[in-house]
Amino acid sequence: MILLVLLGVPLAAALLLAFVGDRKLAPEINILGSAATCVAGFALALEVYEHGPMMAGGKFFFVDAFNVYLAVLTSFVSMTTAVFSRRYMRREREHGRVGQVRMRFYHAMYQLFIFAMLLCLLTNNIGVLWIAMELATLSTVLLVSLYRTPTAIEAAWKYFILCGVGISQALFGTVLLYFAAEKVLGEGGDALLWTNLNQVSGQLEPTVLSLAFVFLMVGYGTKVGLVPLHNWLPDAHSEGPTPISAVLSGLLLNIALYALVRCKVLVDGSTHTHHAGNIMMGFGLLSILVAAFSLLRQKDVKRMFSYSSIEHMGIATFAFGLGGPIATFGALLHMLVHSLAKSAIFFTVGHASQMHRTQEMDKIQGLFRGNPLVGWGLMFGVMAIVGMPPFGIFTSEFLILTATIKDAPLLTPFLLLGLGVAFAALFRKVQPMVAGEIPSHQRPLKVAHFPVLLHMALVLVLGLYLPDFLSQWFHTAVELLK
Amino acid sequence: MDLQTAAQINSFLAAFVLLTAFGMLVQKRIYSLIHLFAWQGLLLSINTAIVGYVASKHHLYISSILTLSLKVFLLPYILHVLIVRLRIRREVETLVNIPMLMLIGLALVIFSYHLMAPVSELSKLITRSTLAVALATVMIGLLMMITRKHAVTQIIGFLAMENGLFFAATSATYGMPLVVELGVALDVLIAAFIFGIFFFHIHTTFDSLDVDQMARLKEGD
Repeated sequence: MILLVLLGVPLAAALLLAFVGDRKLAPEINILGSAATCVAGFALALEVYEHGPMMAGGKFFFVDAFNVYLAVLTSFVSMTTAVFSRRYMRREREHGRVGQVRMRFYHAMYQLFIFAMLLCLLTNNIGVLWIAMELATLSTVLLVSLYRTPTAIEAAWKYFILCGVGISQALFGTVLLYFAAEKVLGEGGDALLWTNLNQVSGQLEPTVLSLAFVFLMVGYGTKVGLVPLHNWLPDAHSEGPTPISAVLSGLLLNIALYALVRCKVLVDGSTHTHHAGNIMMGFGLLSILVAAFSLLRQKDVKRMFSYSSIEHMGIATFAFGLGGPIATFGALLHMLVHSLAKSAIFFTVGHASQMHRTQEMDKIQGLFRGNPLVGWGLMFGVMAIVGMPPFGIFTSEFLILTATIKDAPLLTPFLLLGLGVAFAALFRKVQPMVAGEIPSHQRPLKVAHFPVLLHMALVLVLGLYLPDFLSQWFHTAVELLK
Repeated sequence: MDLQTAAQINSFLAAFVLLTAFGMLVQKRIYSLIHLFAWQGLLLSINTAIVGYVASKHHLYISSILTLSLKVFLLPYILHVLIVRLRIRREVETLVNIPMLMLIGLALVIFSYHLMAPVSELSKLITRSTLAVALATVMIGLLMMITRKHAVTQIIGFLAMENGLFFAATSATYGMPLVVELGVALDVLIAAFIFGIFFFHIHTTFDSLDVDQMARLKEGD
């Protein structure tokens, strides 16, 4: 029942917003819809917390500790982003960057995107998982090109083509997985249900599954933005409207990683080797290093933070690949805190570039004096994202680092190098933006306070103290992913 | 129809699917390219229906009809209309020279056979020998997308890849479960609308559909 509400509300809101169009109340309906989704997400989490994993709709939906926390995160961040988007998009309209038709489209697609992500998380069928992932891509393609500038269209085209190609590989992997499953479970939709597959994963043909994982890795890895399949990501995240950048970076990457990890569990159960884990570690480490060095060369502020997203997804992928309770716990926590911190950063960056009417970092200055919330929000956001204590990312990175030193000591220097370079690069770039005098082209701006403050507070709290229910959740999830 | 005949027909059709894939890889004329794509769809649709009949899998009839209507009629029609509306010039050049492309394509076919050999061995279906052809079709579609510099041809490459995936599902397992097949078809349909909109955007912004002009987003140093 709660599941139905959780999935139904964004879908209904999408339809409603398509009808309402660009009326005065559209942003409020958007917020209301997202808030209702968020409440349903929390209610679902409560139920799973009390009664354990559950299935619904004739095994079609499956909720356990791993996906429910991501569902809560997704619905929560999409709510705060909707709040941010109200102020932000109003300003964009005043600047004449978007018109009526596009605003209608923007709101409807935003809700559809949330629906697609939640369907991805909650479905038990890995075929439907693929379909929902593709739907999530398709619903955001035209949002990336919302401003219709040449660069925005180029970015969206790249996003469409590269993710389309990537995700086709994942479908081939899914076909192979079904091929192996059919032998054990018989044909029909049941053979693609993750819960069934997980029960019999020991009997699945290991050669087929290791081959399938290569295709799945390339496919979903493209969506996670892992190097060398990351080319679309900085473009798509920097050219779209900022609320979209925030949900792409904060949520969609997580969902793709979730799909990959679900598949990894099956492959591990079948092969009993570290084959899948090794591939993930390789991709992860490469992403961390390449992204960290790319950070140094960036001039566009949103582009820089999208490279930072690649780096962080690399860290989480690496940790999932490493396996073991500590690394997996770290990776789960990392997905949570990165998502919160990164979307908060995008909120402040969005406002900062509106104040200066540019995304070039050279021209953004004096944020502390110009608007303390934006300035300090950005500063603290960056401190959190580079992994300074006492923020939550420090905790997760520390856990992952300890596990690396224990299980793969030879890789520790590379990991540390990546983290160190990213730290230096981000600080060097952000310092001049926040400090200094107010430049003449800076305009004052009414900003959305609530989303930034809430996200930063949560990241801080999660660094200082991990609530019991959350750590218990993560422990259950770690058990599941073993 | 006995199984032996069906297996032969299946292989025969697979050979033609591969042939159309190679044809698309080197075809310069955009209308011929769309016709080849429609032919490939038709072959797939017939193949699916035959497999469905022999294996008495009735949901394959639905996939077959879906393929027929979507990939033989609707998508080529949409592409056709778009090309007329946007007044695209007829010749489309390829990046690498044609013999080279053919050789790379051949290498991809051999690679696919090598990759799929262990998987085909495990299968007992009559369609097992065509799994490698399906992967080769996917790979050739990918190659086409990389080498072409025109938005329309890139999209046809994308759709050819999708054809290969559909073929793979039929060969490996007599098709995916119906809900998945329907979902994939829906996604393709949405994608078709999106690239239709895109063609207009690209055309109005860049004044042509050459993807080469889109090179503004590069890493600055």
